[in-house]
Amino acid sequence: MTFIAKPKIKLPGEQLNEIGLKRSDYEGVLSTLCAGCGHDSITAAIVQAFWELSIAPKDVVKLSGIGCSSKTPAYFISGAHGFNSVHGRMPAVASGALAANRDLVAIGVSGDGDSLSIGFGQFGHAVRRNVNMLYIIENNGVYGLTKGQFSASADRGSKSKRGAVNRMRSIDPVATAIALGGSFVARGFSGDREQLVPLIKAGIKHRGCAVIDVISPCVTFNDHEGSTKSYAYTRSHYNPAVNAEYIAPAEEIKANYDKGETMLVTLHDGSRILLRKADSSFPPTLRSAAMRYLEAHSSRGEVVTGVLYINEDMPLVHDIAGTTATPLTDLPYERLSPGSEALNRLQKRMR
Amino acid sequence: MSDASHVNDFVIKIATANGTGSASANGLLMKALFRMGLPVTGKNLFPSNIQGLPTWYEIRANRDGYMSRTGRVDVMVAMNAQTYSQDLAEVSPGGFLIYDSTWPRRDMDQRDDITVLGIPLARMCNEHFDVARIRILMKNVAYVGALAALMDIDTEVLKTLLQETFASKPKLVEGNLEAIRLGYDYAKEHFTCPLPVRAERMGDNRKHILIDGNSAAALGCVYAGATVGAWYPITPSTSLMDAFQGYCERFRKDPETGENLFCIIQAEDELAAAGMVLGANWTGARAFTPTSGPGISLMSEFIGFAYYAEIPAVFFDVQRVGPSTGMPTRTQQCDLMTCAYASHGDTRHPMLLPANPHECFEMAVQAFDLAERLQTPVFFMSDLDIGMNDWMIPELTWDDAYQPDRGKVLGPDELEDMERFYRYLDSDGDGIPHRTYPGTHHKGAYFVRGSGHNQYGGYTEDAEEYQQVVDRLLVKWDTARDLVPAPVLTPAEQKSDLGIIAFGSSDGAVIEAMDRLADTGVHVDYLRLRGFPFADAVAEFIEAHETVFVVEQNRDAQMRLLLIQETGADPARLASLLHYNGLPIPSDAVVDGITEHILKEAAA
Ligand SMILES: Cc1ncc(C[n+]2csc(CCOP(=O)(O)OP(=O)(O)O)c2C)c(N)n1
Ligand code: SF4
Ligand SMILES: [Mg+2]
Repeated sequence: MTFIAKPKIKLPGEQLNEIGLKRSDYEGVLSTLCAGCGHDSITAAIVQAFWELSIAPKDVVKLSGIGCSSKTPAYFISGAHGFNSVHGRMPAVASGALAANRDLVAIGVSGDGDSLSIGFGQFGHAVRRNVNMLYIIENNGVYGLTKGQFSASADRGSKSKRGAVNRMRSIDPVATAIALGGSFVARGFSGDREQLVPLIKAGIKHRGCAVIDVISPCVTFNDHEGSTKSYAYTRSHYNPAVNAEYIAPAEEIKANYDKGETMLVTLHDGSRILLRKADSSFPPTLRSAAMRYLEAHSSRGEVVTGVLYINEDMPLVHDIAGTTATPLTDLPYERLSPGSEALNRLQKRMR
Repeated sequence: MSDASHVNDFVIKIATANGTGSASANGLLMKALFRMGLPVTGKNLFPSNIQGLPTWYEIRANRDGYMSRTGRVDVMVAMNAQTYSQDLAEVSPGGFLIYDSTWPRRDMDQRDDITVLGIPLARMCNEHFDVARIRILMKNVAYVGALAALMDIDTEVLKTLLQETFASKPKLVEGNLEAIRLGYDYAKEHFTCPLPVRAERMGDNRKHILIDGNSAAALGCVYAGATVGAWYPITPSTSLMDAFQGYCERFRKDPETGENLFCIIQAEDELAAAGMVLGANWTGARAFTPTSGPGISLMSEFIGFAYYAEIPAVFFDVQRVGPSTGMPTRTQQCDLMTCAYASHGDTRHPMLLPANPHECFEMAVQAFDLAERLQTPVFFMSDLDIGMNDWMIPELTWDDAYQPDRGKVLGPDELEDMERFYRYLDSDGDGIPHRTYPGTHHKGAYFVRGSGHNQYGGYTEDAEEYQQVVDRLLVKWDTARDLVPAPVLTPAEQKSDLGIIAFGSSDGAVIEAMDRLADTGVHVDYLRLRGFPFADAVAEFIEAHETVFVVEQNRDAQMRLLLIQETGADPARLASLLHYNGLPIPSDAVVDGITEHILKEAAA
C-alpha cells in the first residue's frame, strides 16, 4: 500500500466529546500536501469542528472535486464515506447523495479552480437549490495541482510567481453566492483557526447550502510578494467583519451581550449562532447590505471575513420537491412497488 | 388492388402541420382499429419544431401482426397543403388520397393510378363550430369520421372511446361525435363505401395494450424501486422522465402524508445529471437518468468514473439521429460504440437492447438489478422509434415475488463482525467486490476515487497494485456476459447457411422480411441480440453460418464492428445491412438488401 496510514497516537487523558470520541477519531490519512499549505490548516479546523459538534463519523459524507484542495477529504474523518469525484462536479454528486439520503451530514470541499471555473455552473446550482450541505472553497487564487496557473479568483493586479500580472477581473465566490440567493455565505482564512472553527460549525448546523470561502495560501505557487492571496497580504488586509459563535441547544450564552454589535440567529435544531459585528451598521441578514459592505471593502483590497449573509428560513430542494422526511434509502421495496394489481388496473387505460 | 388482400392489411398515413392538434384524432383512429382486434402500430414522423412544420402519422394495420414500417401507403389523408405534392406522390398505385376540398388543389398534381377523394372538412367544421381553435381540432376528428365510413371502422367503437377519453367532459364528447358524423355522412353520401382497403373485426386484442417504449421503461423504473431520477431535457428521452413523474404521482405518494417517495431533479446539464445519479446510487438508492446521444457525450467523464470506482448507475439512451444535434426527432441506433466504450481509458459497459416496449419494461427492471449486481454503469439502448411511438404489445405482467437484486452490499451487522472492510477486494472470484452504504456503520467507511487505487481502496501509483484492480474489472466483465439478457434465436424453416443478426427496433422488419424471403425460397436464421457483452452463443451463431447479415440503423456498421472486436468473428462472414435515413427501418430494406446480396453472389 502506498497511502500512508496516520499513526493513531493515544495521548493519555485525551479529551472525549459527547459521543465518547477523541479528536483524533476525526482525523484521516496523512496529508501529502506541501508543508505549510493553507489547505492543511482548514483540514485541522474541520476535524476540530466535527469533533466539537460530536457528529458520528458514519453519518458524515465528505465529497470533493479535483485539485490539491479536493484531496483533503482523505485527511479528515476516516470513519466517514468519502467521494473524490471529477473536476468541478462535487456539487452534483452531493446533490444526488442527499437526494437519496437526506439525513447524511454532507461536507463538500472544493477549490477556486474547481468551483469558479470548470465547476462554476454546478457551484451556482447547488446554491440555487439550497442543497443541505457545507460547501467549502479552499481559495488560493491559483490552480495548485497543475502548478500555479491563475484561477478565476486571482485578483486583478495580482502577480504570479514568475512575475506575470493578472489583468482579468476576479470572481468572488462570496459575492456570487449572495447574489445567487445563497442561504448562508461566509468567508474565513486558513490562518485564523479561531474564527474558522466556529464558522464551520455554524455552516454544518445551518439548514441549507452553507458556502464558506476560505482564503488558503498556496505556499508553493502563490505566497510571494505581489500576490493578493499570500499569508502576508491576507493578514495585512484582514477585515473580520462578523465573527460567529456557535451555541449548542441547551448551552447558556456566556458572552457579554452587547446589543447593536451582536445578533442571535436561531437554527432549526434549536442551536444558535451569535454573530459579533465589527461594524454595527451592517446586518448580515440583508442581502443588499451584505453586497454593499463587500463592495465597499473589497474595493479597498480588504479581505472581508465572517458570516456575511444568513437566512435560516429558505426552503431546501427537498422542501420544494415535497420529498418524504424519511431518507429514500430507508424505504423498503414494499413501499416502492405498486404491485401486480396496480399494473393490471393501469393497463385498462391502454386498450 | 384485390379486395381480400387489403382487408385488415393497410397503411394509413396522415399528413398535417405540427401544432394543429391532430395527435388525439390519430390516436383515436389507431385505438379504434386496435379495439376492432386488428394488430396495429403507429409511427409519428414529426419535426423538431413546436408549430407549423409538416408532421405525419403512419398507422399500419396488419392481420398477420407485422409491426414494422413498409414502403407502402394505401390511404393518405393529405391535410397539409404545404406537403400535398409530396404526399400525393407517395400513395401506392391503386391507393387512395383524401384531401380537404374546401380549398382546390392544383390539377397538375393529378395521378390517374390512384383515387383522389375530396371532402370539404374545413368548410363543414366552420359551419358547425363557433370557436376558431375548435374548428381546427374538429377538422381532424372529421377525417376520422370520413375514414370510418370509407374503411368500415366501427363508429360505436369510436363513440365508446370518446366517452372514455372525455368521461369528465360530456360536452366534448358531443362535439367530437358531431365532427365524426360530419365526415362520416359526407363520405357515405358522395363515395362508394367501403373502399377495398378496409377494416373488419377480427380476434380480440384483450391481452394486448398500446404503449410507447418510454412510458414502459418509466414504469419499469417504478417497479424496480428506483427513487432518484436526474435529467436534463432532450428529445426523444424527455417523455421517459415525464412518464416516471406521472407514475410516481400516482403510485409513489405516501397515502397518509402526501409526501413523495421519490425525488426527481432537473439538473443544470447532463454532466450534473450523471453526477447526481452516481451520488444517489453510491448512497444506496436506485437512481437513473434518461438522455440521448448529446447527453451521453457530456456524461462521459462521470461514466468512466463510475466504471473505475464501481458505482452502479442506469443510463437510458433513447437514441436519435447524429452526429452532433443531427435530427433530434428521427431515429437511429447510432450510439452503440459511444456507449459500449464510453469515457477515456480502458472502459467497457454492459448494454441492454430492448426491441419493443414490452422489453423496455422488463429490461428497465433488469438494468437496475444488473447495475447493482455488477456495480457498474449499465446502458439501456432504446431509440426514438421504440421510445416515442405507439406499439401494440402483449399485456405487461408483474411477479409480486420480485425482490430487487441489490448485489453485494454489507449491512451494519456484517460490518460489526468484520475485522476490516476493504472496498475493492474480490473475495469470491467473480470480479465483484463488496460495497457499503454511507450512514450504516463506521467500519464500512471507504474513500471512492477516480484516481489510482488498490484493492484495499487506498490511493496508489504502484504499477502492480493498479494493474491488479483493472485486471479484476475484466473478470467482472466476464461475469457480466452471462448476466445480461441472452440472445434470441429464430431458426429458419429450413436449414440455412445464411443468418441475420439484428437488435432493438429492427426486430419487426427482420421478422417480416424472413417470412417474405421464405416465400421466395430464401431461408435465413435470425439471432436477435439483447445484451452486451455478447454471450458465447453469438460467436457460435456466426461460426455456424457462411454469411451473416448484420442489420442495424446507423451508417458505420457499429454493431458489426463490435461483433468483430468482441467475438473475434471473421469479418468476411459479416455483411452489413444498413438503414440510417432517420426513418424506422422498413422490412423492404431487409428483403431488398438480402436479395441483392444473393443476386450479386450468384452473378459473381
Ligand atoms: C477535466 C479535467 N481537466 C483538467 C484537469 C487538471 N486539473 C487538475 S486540478 C486542476 C485545478 C485545480 O485547481 P483548484 O480547484 O483551485 O485546486 P487547488 O489545487 O488550487 O487546491 C486542474 C485544471 C482535470 N483533473 N480534469
Ligand atoms: S501546490 Fe499549493 S495548493 Fe497544492 S499542496 Fe502545495 S501549497 Fe498546497
Ligand atoms: Mg486553487
